[in-house]
Parts: sequence; C-alpha cells; structure tokens
Amino acid sequence: MTKVTMTVNGRSVSAETEGRTLLSQYLREGLGLTGTHVGCDTSQCGACVVHVDGKAVKSCTVFAQDVAGATVTTIEGMANADGTLGTIQQAFQDHHGLQCGFCTPGMVMSAAALLAENAKPSETDIRHYLEGNICRCTGYHNIVKAVLAASGQDASAVAAE
Amino acid sequence: MPKDHGIGASSKRREDVRFLTGKGRYTDDINLRGQAHAVFVRSQVAHGRIRSVDTATAEGMPGVLKVFTSADFSAKGGIPCGWCVTDRAGKPMLEPKHPILAEGKVRYVGDAIACVVAETLEEARDAAEAVDVDIEELPAVMDMKAAAKGGALVHDDLGSNLCYDWGFIEDSKAATDAAFKTAHHVTTLELVNNRLVPNAMEPRVAIGDYSQAGDDYTLYTTSQNPHVIRLLMGAFVLSIPEHKLRVVAPDVGGGFGSKIFHYAEEAFVTHASKVVNRPVKWTCTRSESFMTDAHGRDHVTKIELALDKDGHFQAIRTETYANMGAYLSTFAPSVPTYLHGTLMAGNYKTPNIYVNVKAVFTNTVPVDAYRGAGRPEATFQLERVIDKAAREMGIDPIEIRRRNFVQPNEFPYQTPVAVAYDTGNYQATMDKLVAMADLAGFEKRRADSAKKGLLRGLGVNCYIEACGIAPSNLVGQLGARAGLYESATVRVNATGGVVVMTGSHSHGQGHETAFPQVISEMIGIPESQVEVIHGDTNNTPMGMGTYGSRSLAVGGSAMVKAANKIINKAKKIAAHLLEASDTDIELKDGKFSVAGTDKSVDWGSVCLAAYVPHNYPLEDLEPGLEETAFYDPSNFTYPAGAYACEVEVDPETGKVTICSFAAADDFGNVVNPMIVEGQVHGGLAQGIGQALLEAAVYDENGQLLSGSYMDYAMPRAGDVPFYKVDHSCQTPCTHNPLGVKGCGEAGAIGSPPAVVNAVIDALQRGGHKHVTHIDMPVSPSRVWTAIHG
Amino acid sequence: MHNFELVKPASVADAVAALGREDAQALSGGQTLLPTMKQRLAAPAVLVSLTAIPGLKGIKASGGSIEIGAATTHAEVASGAAKAYPALAKLAAGIGDPAVRNRGTIGGSLANNDPAADYPAAALASGATIVTNAREIAADDFFQGLFSTALDEGEIITAVRFPVPDRAAYAKFQQPASLFALTGSFVAKSGAGVRVAVTGASEDGVFRWAEAEKALNANFAASALDGVSVSANGMIGDLHGSPAYRANLVKVMTKRAVGAA
Repeated sequence: MTKVTMTVNGRSVSAETEGRTLLSQYLREGLGLTGTHVGCDTSQCGACVVHVDGKAVKSCTVFAQDVAGATVTTIEGMANADGTLGTIQQAFQDHHGLQCGFCTPGMVMSAAALLAENAKPSETDIRHYLEGNICRCTGYHNIVKAVLAASGQDASAVAAE
Repeated sequence: MPKDHGIGASSKRREDVRFLTGKGRYTDDINLRGQAHAVFVRSQVAHGRIRSVDTATAEGMPGVLKVFTSADFSAKGGIPCGWCVTDRAGKPMLEPKHPILAEGKVRYVGDAIACVVAETLEEARDAAEAVDVDIEELPAVMDMKAAAKGGALVHDDLGSNLCYDWGFIEDSKAATDAAFKTAHHVTTLELVNNRLVPNAMEPRVAIGDYSQAGDDYTLYTTSQNPHVIRLLMGAFVLSIPEHKLRVVAPDVGGGFGSKIFHYAEEAFVTHASKVVNRPVKWTCTRSESFMTDAHGRDHVTKIELALDKDGHFQAIRTETYANMGAYLSTFAPSVPTYLHGTLMAGNYKTPNIYVNVKAVFTNTVPVDAYRGAGRPEATFQLERVIDKAAREMGIDPIEIRRRNFVQPNEFPYQTPVAVAYDTGNYQATMDKLVAMADLAGFEKRRADSAKKGLLRGLGVNCYIEACGIAPSNLVGQLGARAGLYESATVRVNATGGVVVMTGSHSHGQGHETAFPQVISEMIGIPESQVEVIHGDTNNTPMGMGTYGSRSLAVGGSAMVKAANKIINKAKKIAAHLLEASDTDIELKDGKFSVAGTDKSVDWGSVCLAAYVPHNYPLEDLEPGLEETAFYDPSNFTYPAGAYACEVEVDPETGKVTICSFAAADDFGNVVNPMIVEGQVHGGLAQGIGQALLEAAVYDENGQLLSGSYMDYAMPRAGDVPFYKVDHSCQTPCTHNPLGVKGCGEAGAIGSPPAVVNAVIDALQRGGHKHVTHIDMPVSPSRVWTAIHG
Repeated sequence: MHNFELVKPASVADAVAALGREDAQALSGGQTLLPTMKQRLAAPAVLVSLTAIPGLKGIKASGGSIEIGAATTHAEVASGAAKAYPALAKLAAGIGDPAVRNRGTIGGSLANNDPAADYPAAALASGATIVTNAREIAADDFFQGLFSTALDEGEIITAVRFPVPDRAAYAKFQQPASLFALTGSFVAKSGAGVRVAVTGASEDGVFRWAEAEKALNANFAASALDGVSVSANGMIGDLHGSPAYRANLVKVMTKRAVGAA
C-alpha cells in the first residue's frame, strides 16, 4: 500500500492506495466522499466526473497514484462557503435539472467545467459538452435549461411551458 | 398567478439539496463495519450443462471467506414469480424453478454459478477468476418462433419452451375473424419491439446484514418496493418471517421497472451474511448489469387492422411472440398479457379485437417490466398500423384517428379488451397538439430542409395507458399473486408537524416534495411542516411500492384517506376545545372554526391537545393523532394524449435528427406541474432512445453484443431537442380522491411511434415509396439500407 | 483489475528502463487502457506512467510543420493546434467527450491504433512522422493493422510531427454508443498531392484510399468522387452497420471532408 496525498476541496488529505486504486475509489472509500458516483466501467457515463487541477476528468478512469499531489474538486466542494447551494447547484434545483440524483454530481462538475471554458454557452454548446454525461431520468431538457440559467442567460424562453 | 404552494404549485424539490451536494445516501454509499464483499462467477456461455464447479483453488486464496455454489442453497426456495397467466386452454403457464445459483444447467450469459465472499472486493474478484467451471455447451435457444415449436429446451423438465399461449379474449376470436372477412380494407404490419436494457444510472447493489444478537436480518437494496422484496424473499426463498427481516431501499438512482423485481443477488447476500456471520456487500458493475438486470420489451408482432370504406376500424387481430428470457422474473408473465392486450383498443372504438401472445423461454436474461411495460408495445403496433392504413387508404393520419376516437360524451367507455375507461377527451388533446406542433408551418419547414438535402417528416400518434396499478380483486382474477393496494401512515406530532410514512418509494419522482403539497393543501399548513418517510420496511406500513405510474394515484390516495381520518379526529378535538359540535367545525388555512361564528382554534393547539390531553374528551377519543390507511383502487387510471415528432433524415448517411417533439397529455389533476413535466421529458427521451438508438442484441450463440455503453447507445443531450409539453387538457380521474391519473410512463409509451411515423413520412415524401416500415432502433444503417434496399 | 506496481519515471530513459521489466506496460492518458484492465483483458505487472516526464507535452509549430509531444492531451491539441493546423485541432476536439479529452493523449491513441480511433487518420493523411525514443517512423510504415503498430516492445512515442497541408479536413460519422468513428475520413492536400486516410471502416484498421486520392489529385472537389467507390469487401460489419453501409460512409465522409477542406 502506498499513501497518496492530494488537496481535495481545499483540504490536504491522504489515504492508502494500491497501484490499481482508482481516483473514484480513493475519494469514495479512502476519503468517504461518496458524492462521486460510479455508473459504468467503460468511461462513458460521467457520473464520476471531478476536477483534477481544474480540468474535468472521469475519476473512474484515473489511477489515484497517477494524480498524487493534484488539486481535486468534487461535488462536495461545490457549495458556497456558508453551505448554501452554489450557482450551478441552485440552477439545477430551480429548473428541476435532476430526478434520481445519481448522474447529478457528474453533471454539475461537467457543467462547471463548461462554464469555466465558455461563460455564455449556447444550447448546442451545452448539449455537445455534456456528451460524456448520461442521464436516464430528465431527458436532458431541464439540465440544459439549468446550465443556460447558471450562465446568466434567460432560460425562460425555452419551450415547455 | 400560478400557485406557490399546495396542489398545483411547482414547488422546488427539497430532495435536490442532498443530491446536489453529494449528501445522497445510495446503497453503495453504505459500508457496514466488518463487511465482506461478494463477487459472482457467471456463465460465459448461454446454455450448457454444468459438469463440475471446482472451488478449491479459490477457497485458498487470500482473504476468501467462502465460495458458495448451488449446494449451499439446496434447502432454499427459488426466486418466485408474482403472476401466473392462464393459457388459451385454461391451463396455468409453465413455470420453471429459478435457483439463486445455477443448478445443473446455465441458461444465459451472466447466469450466476458460484459466488466468492472475501475480505475485499479485489480479493473476491481475484478468487472468482480462479473458480474452475467445466460446462458442456449446448445449443443456445435464441429464436422465439423456432423455440416455440420445439428443438433444444431451455428447461428440460418443462418439455416445451412455450411458457403460455394466451388468447384475449378467446371468446371474441370468431367474431374478430368474421369482421376481417367482410372488411373493406385490411392493413397488415409485421414488426419488432426492440429489446432494451433499462439502464438506471445507479447499478444494483445489495448488502445483507445478519445479526446473531437478534437472529434477524437487514437487507439494503436498490429497490422500488422494499416491502415486496421482504415478502417474496422472506416467504418464498429464505423462509425468514417478516418480523425478522428488514428491507431498506435508501436513495435509489432510478429504476424504470428494473428495480421492481426480486433478484437472486438480494437473497444471496442475505443468506450469506448469516453463513459467514458478516455483512456481505455486492455491487454490480455496469457490465454485469447489462447481463443480469431484467431487460424490457422484445416482442415480435404481426398486427392486422380491418377498416370499412370510410376508414372506421372494424377489427384488430394480433399475434405476438414475447421473450421471457431463461427464467420468469417477478412480473414477467403479466407484461405481454394484461399490460398489453388490455390496451389494444387504444383511444379508439374498435368493436372486435383479438390478441394472441405466445411467451417463450430463450437463453437470454429474463425480460420483465420496463417503463411502460406492455403498453408501449401495444401503442407502437397500433399507432404504426393506423399510420400505414391511413397512407394506404389516402386518409390524413390525424383525420383517421379523430374519426375513430372514443368521443368525449361516450365515457365511461367499455372496451372490447376488458378495461373500462372512466374519462378522457382525445379530441381535446389532439386539438392542443395541432396547435403546439405548428402543423400549419410544416410545409415550409420541409422545404427548408430539402434545400439542405435533408428529408423532413412529421409523425403523429395517440396513446392511452392503464396505470395506477391496480384493483387487487381484478388482478387477482387475472393471475396476480399479490394485492396492489398502497398504504400510508400519517403521524401528526404534538407541535403540529406531520410525518407521512408511505409504502410508495421515490427514486427520482419527487415524493418528498409532492406528497407534502397534498397534505399542505388539505390542512392548510406550510409544506415545510410535512416530511415523508419511505423505503424502510421497519418504519413504513406494508405497501406495494412504486411502478406503473401508481404513486400518487394509489399511494397518494392512501395518504389522503389517512389524512382525512386525521382531520376528522382533529375536528372532534377542536369541537371539544371550542365547546361545539364536530359537525359544525370547518378546517381552513390551518385553523378550525365553528361555522358561522368567530370562534376558532389553530392546528397546533389541536395537535398539542391530542398529545397533552388535559382538556380532552378522553371518554370518546383516544389521545394521539396518527392514522393509517390502505387504499385499493376500484379501476385503473387512463392517462392519454397525442404526440407529434418532426425529423430530418440525411439520405446519404441515414442519420435521423429529431427537430421537434410535442406532447399533449391528459393526466387529470396535477399536483406539481414542474415534476410532471420532468417525468414527461424523461419518458420522451427513453422513447426516442428506443426508437432511434437502443438495442440489446444477442448473437445466435447467446452472446450479448451490446454489453456496455460502448455498443448500447444511450440517448445523450445532443440526441434530443427541447420538448414542448402540455398537460392543460385535464379530465380528472373519477375514482380516486385526487383525480390524478399518473404521468411516469406516458412519455416512453407515446413517443416511439411518433418518431418512427415521422421517419417513414420523411422517406415517403422524399420519394422512397417502397419504405413502409423500419424496425427500431431506426439507426442510420437501417435507414440507409431501407432506402437502398 | 489485477494489481500492479505503478511507477512514474522522470525521464524517457528511465521509462524505457522500466518498460524492460517483465509484463511492463506504458500508461499515458489511460482512457482506453483502464477500461481494458477493468475487464481483466490487460493485466500488466508494472504500469509505467508517462505523465511525469517533462518534455513529452507541448505543441511547437514552425516552418510548415507542427510537432506535438506524445503526452499532449486531446484538449491541449484542440486549443493549441487551432492556429497552426485547424483540421487537426478540430479532430482532437471531437474525440470522445470533454473529460476523456482532458486525459487521453495523442501518443497513447497512436500507440494503441484502435481501428476506430481518429488520430491515425490524421497522421496517415498528413504523412506525419512518429518520433520515438529510438527512431523516427513514417506514418505510412507505422500503422500495421488492428491495434498493431511498428513500435517495438518497450519503445515509446515521444512526439508526432505533422507537415501542415495546404488544405485539410476531417469528417467523422460517430458510432452512436461509443462516440468512436463508425467511419472517419481525413483529407489533406499539399504540394506533394492529396492524401486520404480512412478510419473506423476497414477490418485492417486505418487505410489510405488510393482511388479517391487519384481522383482528387486530378480535381480537388467533392464531385470528383462521384464516380469512385470503395468495395464493401474487407469493411467492418457489426451491429452498427454492414460492410456495405460502411463502404457508403467512406465515400460520403470523404466527400464531406473535401467539401470542408
């Protein structure tokens, strides 16, 4: 076992790992941060997306030891300092961008990465950027709407009264 | 002004806060002290005789506690089936034993042969690889029509692969055949309703926890109906009485039907935790879930529609082969029969209908209910054959439907397929749809597409479903081995807060938000004063769970019943406090008042009096304020609607793009419009997925070719448009207290024919007149092949 | 997956040495290797991570060519090559999804030579040179069939050098599940002529489509391909499309690439 240290959600943390320990396992089992979900084993569903050094990555497809020392942000680190929902989280609630909640952490993390790259994405930009995140509940309508709203754009014109 | 609370308000979902901050508690998030991990050894062949299972090497590997084989379950029962269908001859269906671990034979790729329980997950995986299984491979039974006739048997002891041959209604066969003989026009369509993998984003998980101290068990599981699991597993599999067995389904990451069923892994971990005297956890990988979750659909159908010269439907006759897979999953036999045949009337008046279904065992994973369950299969064939008939007879597809609708003044309407629709207005939803979808502007849009070299098409269809499942006495006659009521306990605390304990289970539907809206409306207290508890057999009354769009219609009705008992009792308390007759007490906005006076007492004071009964009619009333009710519906509910889809087809590649989708639904009354619309959106995406993308494909040897997201195409954000949805056409259900019909499955039921009708329309308008049908998924290669074939 | 030892050498030389150990394998972005290992289809004893080696990352453009370090991610190519070689940048921006593009690398993709990967088409059509720790390999010699390359055991790609064509474009038809190329065609026109490389379609992996090159050398226009077709023999047939369908896509995608170039 090898001790791996990272900065996760602003705190320096460490946990024991094997070579095969995935970042998702490190977070869930090593640190008890179970907000990061694992929905597949082929790097497709995106439920496990976290930020590593500011970039969205699929934590189930990265070895913990390979990113030792990195700065990681997970869904647990997305709320405001006072614990209230952050802008993207609040937009997801306001626009009903989640149902069962399982894909939600990955969706929020991907949406955050998108908005960091592109502050005012179009509907097409959003749909394209989320191609690595699968949701089975929402039909994506309200997720796209929530991301539009989180970027400060008017989502009220969107179809579906 | 839209309402900001109570029934009809789009209250924001309170459960979202935990899901958005990583604080959800899904089964895999639970880790019990001292837990061991289970990994199954699964069959890699579809059909074979087990010669030997050698566990010696695996048993000696690091961390291994025990390797289980079927011998460890010889004293236990099989996984039970919850529905027995009676065939055309009046005989019960063939029902094979469904062992927890394979006995003698393996019957599908993924069939569990053995299971390693070890200290860590990776140790269990390493050891599972070392279990040596010797299997004599047998020919895989894959083709339903061939299998129904004979050949290799999935279950040797049954003597046939034909589970049942069902006629509905057998007595109407002769009249239906006669109607075809005199028909002006007959349209025939052979089609496949493609096999699907439900793919809830949370894979299944089960943790068994036996306690020696109490000689009792807890099962944590990803279930839509923990009480049903407790009953089936306790009574039929492991012989554990209910009071010694607690089943907890915490936050569940989607179900879509696939988490209704009792799976062998649940019984395994429960039993194994006693044997190894440790909690035992099993987490399904996605690859394993593709192989072992019950699949959906998989019908092969021939449908014939007889019409008179004006396009009035005279008769419908169908023959369907329905895949059961290798074993009968919990509700499997009911899906192609009572959830399918009963819907063949659709929204129309067709005097003669005869449905024949042959259910067949094959060497594939069991097939059972998946969002819509039987009703999408009925809707698809009916709405496709109507479209084909309209084209053949030169009648506008909307007009032919209108001409055959059950008219608004004809309700209640008794169909020729047993069910009686209580209420509806199909002209109204069609009118709404025509406006929403801007059908008038279609020709211009088509011309614009043509300029880009794309073929544009428009597909329209209707749907009806029977949900709010179901009247227990009726389903009992039809073969259900369980009741289908729902329950609720409403507990009012001394300071006026309310807790609703429901047998319904929320795995995305938002019960924690919507149920309090109803209580808030009834009592006149803030929604925040009401909390919902669900998912734990230890603190909820016996209930049947959530599926079939039944939570609000059945579970909500139970809650209303219990809340009415509370209100009646509270009125008596208030009457005592106000020194009035309880018949004069009115409850409004959280206040009890004496009619015609200014005397009143508030909700909180009445609640306090119930628990601190100092000034209280103890001689007439028990203290406390807590009531339980069970509600058994007297009929199904019948949501219905009209859908329209516009597509562009790229004739060079065959790629279909959904340009727009409009859905006009009648769900009766609506408690939370935001949640209802979200349910429709999700259903539409699943229906579009079925129509364009998704297919569970086995090869002729029974290997699952689409066994991961690398080959099973899930709808992504870029595959769907913003949807236009509407639920303003409301004909409230006449037989439940809320007047609600249910909305969970509508989108998935109504959308596939709209998409396929649109694709065929595009190709027809584009001059490809020979293309009258393409089976789902209408993939680029299929469209291209159809054009060039 | 099976356990292994993960090592992170700080130099190419140390990496080559580590790869000399028994059952050692190189790990770049891991976006293909990790899922394979989860299925226990690959089980290295030593995994040699290349991410800590300075100098393996980065994009240098000069004098009509662009050199990309092997450990450069798809996302970095998408942004970093946008000026120097827009068609390549656009291809990189269409690989997998954003999270995959943030980890997956050009060197890893080329070394893996998945028959449906995008980069092999770009490298082959551009006439790129694959630079390794030991030598330089022309793209025409590098790709040797499904998952097979000219790399020797323990040889590491350090960079890829693309001559930048005068005109180029990549047109891809996505396999709807995996987002890999069901068929993708990269067309590059330079002073040396037109090169067309097709991925996703052939049972032999990426290939140059000679007939199309000939027709386009005569007339670089989509219409020049009207009379040209590729045989369905040897095309992949699977649940996403028949050989005949893929043969059609080869032509359609090539025409679209020419149109976009």
